Amino acid sequence: MTKMELAPVAESFEPIRHSPLSDLAAPRAGVEMRERADVGKINLRGDANDPSFRSAVETELGLEIPVTPNTFATNDKRTIYWLGPDEWLMHCPLDDRRDTQARLRQSLTGIHCALTNVSDYYLVIRLTGDKARDVLSKAIPFDVHRNVFTAGACAQTRFSHAGILLSAVDEAPTFDIQVRWSFAEYVWKFLVESTREYDES
Amino acid sequence: MFLIDCPWCGVRDQQEFSCHGQAHIARPENPDQLSDDQWGDYVFFRDNPSGIHYERWVHSFGCRRWFNAVRDTSSDEFLGTYKPGEPPPVIAEKKGTGH
Repeated sequence: MTKMELAPVAESFEPIRHSPLSDLAAPRAGVEMRERADVGKINLRGDANDPSFRSAVETELGLEIPVTPNTFATNDKRTIYWLGPDEWLMHCPLDDRRDTQARLRQSLTGIHCALTNVSDYYLVIRLTGDKARDVLSKAIPFDVHRNVFTAGACAQTRFSHAGILLSAVDEAPTFDIQVRWSFAEYVWKFLVESTREYDES
Repeated sequence: MFLIDCPWCGVRDQQEFSCHGQAHIARPENPDQLSDDQWGDYVFFRDNPSGIHYERWVHSFGCRRWFNAVRDTSSDEFLGTYKPGEPPPVIAEKKGTGH
């Protein structure tokens, strides 16, 4: 059997990125929306009860892995979201994603875990404004009231037909909606449509 | 619409979940000694009670974890949820439900 030789990929290789949201209209009232294009995303799986796993991640990132369901931990550079009892998602600066993944892989050597770069699989929409909670409630089967879904909370849920990861960033209120790339246009247009009732012009 | 208590995430709306049928069906340990009828029973035949039913559910739009639930099929009431590997809760059949 002949071995297939693959051309080496240059270290500096960067795919051309064209956002599906770049040509879409913005909401005219009630909320502001923008894409956070500078976010790298790394999925992390491992055993939260294994102290060597937790300490390796925590030492490398300077962040504690959240073990409380539906919460996230954040510092000025990175955020870790709880996705499940053995699964987390990390946000880091986009240009730092490969370094972060490589360094984590290094410190997790020999520990049973999985690290996957999913930066190009998801896209993050930041939603803020007075009507943000009202707009979200139109599509989410989940209580986003300010007494229930407070800053520091996150939830994987559905936005109408799309699966999303919703997180409450602050009480402005500001939310991040992480959605699969191919569903992003749908979610964006749904949100814009939901704000039409606030436009009195 | 009703709410389901995911053992991992907490109480969420029904739309986030999907049901995958009867729970606690043990795979036969001696498949090659089974007759076609016995194998057919294992693969295809399920209980269909009017009343208490132990089921497998998955939180498809949430944490994507599997769990088990006890549901009264005649009233659609969830009587409990529990993680895989945990023993099923014993639920007494209520009067007035089931037939």
